[in-house]
Amino acid sequence: MKNDIILAGVGGQGILSIATVIGQAALAEGWYLKQAEVHGMSQRGGEVQSHLRISTEPIWSDLIPQGQADIILSLEPLEALRYVPWLAKNGCVVTSSVPFRNIDNYPDIEQVYAAIRKCPKHILIDTDALVKEINAPVQAANMVLLGAAIPMLGVEPEIVKAGLEKVFARKSEAIVETNIRALEAGYAYACKNL
Amino acid sequence: MKHILLGDEAIAQGAIDAGLSGVYAYPGTPSTEITEYIQGVVSRQPSAVSGQSIFCQWATNEKTAMEAALGMTYAGKRALVCMKHVGMNVCADAFVNSAITGVNGGLVVVAADDPSMHSSQNEQDSRFYAKFALIPCFEPSNQQEAYDMTRQAFDLSEKLRVPILMRVTTRMAHSRAMVNTTDAPRPQNNRSLPANPQHFILLPAFAKRNYADLLAQQPEFVRLSEECGNNSYTKGTNPKRAIVACGIAYNYMQESGVANGASILKITHYPLPVTLINRMVADGVEEILVAEEGQPVVEELLRGLVPSNITIRGRLTGDLPRMGELSPDCFVQAKSQETKAKSDLILPGRPPSMCQGCGHRDMYTALNEVAREYPEPRIFGDIGCYTLGALSPFHAIHACVEMGASITMAKGAADAGQYPSVAVIGDSTFTHSGMTGLLDCANCNADVVVLISDNLTTGMTGGQDSAGTGKLERICMAMGIPEEHVRVVVPLAKNMDEMKQVIREEINYHGTSVVIARRECIQTLKRKARK
Repeated sequence: MKNDIILAGVGGQGILSIATVIGQAALAEGWYLKQAEVHGMSQRGGEVQSHLRISTEPIWSDLIPQGQADIILSLEPLEALRYVPWLAKNGCVVTSSVPFRNIDNYPDIEQVYAAIRKCPKHILIDTDALVKEINAPVQAANMVLLGAAIPMLGVEPEIVKAGLEKVFARKSEAIVETNIRALEAGYAYACKNL
Repeated sequence: MKHILLGDEAIAQGAIDAGLSGVYAYPGTPSTEITEYIQGVVSRQPSAVSGQSIFCQWATNEKTAMEAALGMTYAGKRALVCMKHVGMNVCADAFVNSAITGVNGGLVVVAADDPSMHSSQNEQDSRFYAKFALIPCFEPSNQQEAYDMTRQAFDLSEKLRVPILMRVTTRMAHSRAMVNTTDAPRPQNNRSLPANPQHFILLPAFAKRNYADLLAQQPEFVRLSEECGNNSYTKGTNPKRAIVACGIAYNYMQESGVANGASILKITHYPLPVTLINRMVADGVEEILVAEEGQPVVEELLRGLVPSNITIRGRLTGDLPRMGELSPDCFVQAKSQETKAKSDLILPGRPPSMCQGCGHRDMYTALNEVAREYPEPRIFGDIGCYTLGALSPFHAIHACVEMGASITMAKGAADAGQYPSVAVIGDSTFTHSGMTGLLDCANCNADVVVLISDNLTTGMTGGQDSAGTGKLERICMAMGIPEEHVRVVVPLAKNMDEMKQVIREEINYHGTSVVIARRECIQTLKRKARK
């Protein structure tokens, strides 16, 4: 059992929290893990990505070879497309449909959606609408997205939930509770739309 | 105990568990998290780390860090110095000579290289520095080795009485994995002064003796690299082919499956293990692929170590890319080109940019508008978030080379007749390497405006303390800048007219002046608000 995941987004959107929660879940399952992050200059509003690999077998490389990612998990639709060369033939793109427009030449959003829909397996999820529906702040979008990826993760939802609780425990109970709701909403959306 | 640690954090924990007494560093991607991790541990349990506290305050630059660490080892305790690769250039004098003085307590220097220049201006390979200084170099291939080899490096440093260079690259520094740590950390050393005090006095007569000793140690360094287990040779089913894989490149090579029966020589410890290379030759190797992150250091060295009829491939021959970091794909390029998917939409890049609401933005807006009033202004930039002022929408700077170069390049250009000649430098970069340049300006009253964009922090690396906070005006005046030409403005849109007027006045003044644009970094401000 292995899962190679590319996490993508724009600096500051919170992809590293997603990675940390999955990491906790993998740790609880006794799996191996490698997670390559981006720190430094490119964090400032630029494209950011993280390679996350979890496996029941030891893992060699910190970077995922092209054509081998099981999931592209992106908080931004254009950023999801950037990593399509890494996607395995039967891999799945799970992405927020909410564009982050901080560049002048952002393409027509319908073209972006069309390109995502060309990937054999994909979940486009309006994270803004979903967080509003459950009355959560926009910062919870990353947990909505993680929830939507649970069916592909190969980890039980309860274990992901426990990982989330552990990661957010330092903050407040209210924050844990909001993020759990976000996770569940994303999971329910994926189960309905996959 | 098992932890999920970044490579940087594994090094930090390894140093703590080796009985570290002090970490000395200036922030620099990808090395910053080593010191931050130790600061975190110390702040949670101030004296419970092996019973004693660890000194962990940021240094002003890599040279002061290296020298302070040398002082700590002089006093018999273990010290760690951490920096990004270009920091090695800043501390090179102290570093190279620390191999001549030798050490008393253990000294480990971590250089974090940045192939692909994710957050840097070059790809220099720090292994050259170890060779240059004639000391051993470690290059762990994974996070567990980073932890284990840091502890081993302190042992080896104390045994051989020389500093050890630990070289990592961005992917090792910034990738997490499970690390097993010891339950029995070592206590710190007691203070003890060097047995032979002359060892630390590099008068030519003494230095010659020390240098001869260091040269005499070289065969021992090679023997250790052959025998201590960090390097390993595995004969393949097809020993005509061999792969020499160094550090993290070993993992990419294994992942790619390119070995396919070839013999494998894994290198994580330099100087190169000559007997292991000889064994590879004796097994009948005809073709060697060298997989190494950074510059072709081993590929070049091997040419002098194996018979010339053996083909050596690598980055020099173009079999692996000459620049940029490696990945598993580098080894299977031809194959992946055929099978990989691609989006047919042309994707625009999304370069990094200064944060909305950042004071550097208002500073550049004002500077750009004033600069336009002159026929040929030149703005010399420096290293920090404000380097992004080179990009859209500001296009504000004409140069950015290395820490502190803004001021001295502006001076040199002014010496050549350039007017206006303006330097833009951040507060932390100013204290790192700008102050001496300002003294040069003041001493000849160069026609330069130095604009210090003071956000009260070391911003680009994540908001570490800045050495000059609260002292900048006094520093500038002490350097000899007249008080009336040390001006302070607050970079906010509402102050735009005043800012422009101050910059204009100082450009029109034909001598050295300083304009400090001071407003706190909005990232550190946000973080404080959350607390």
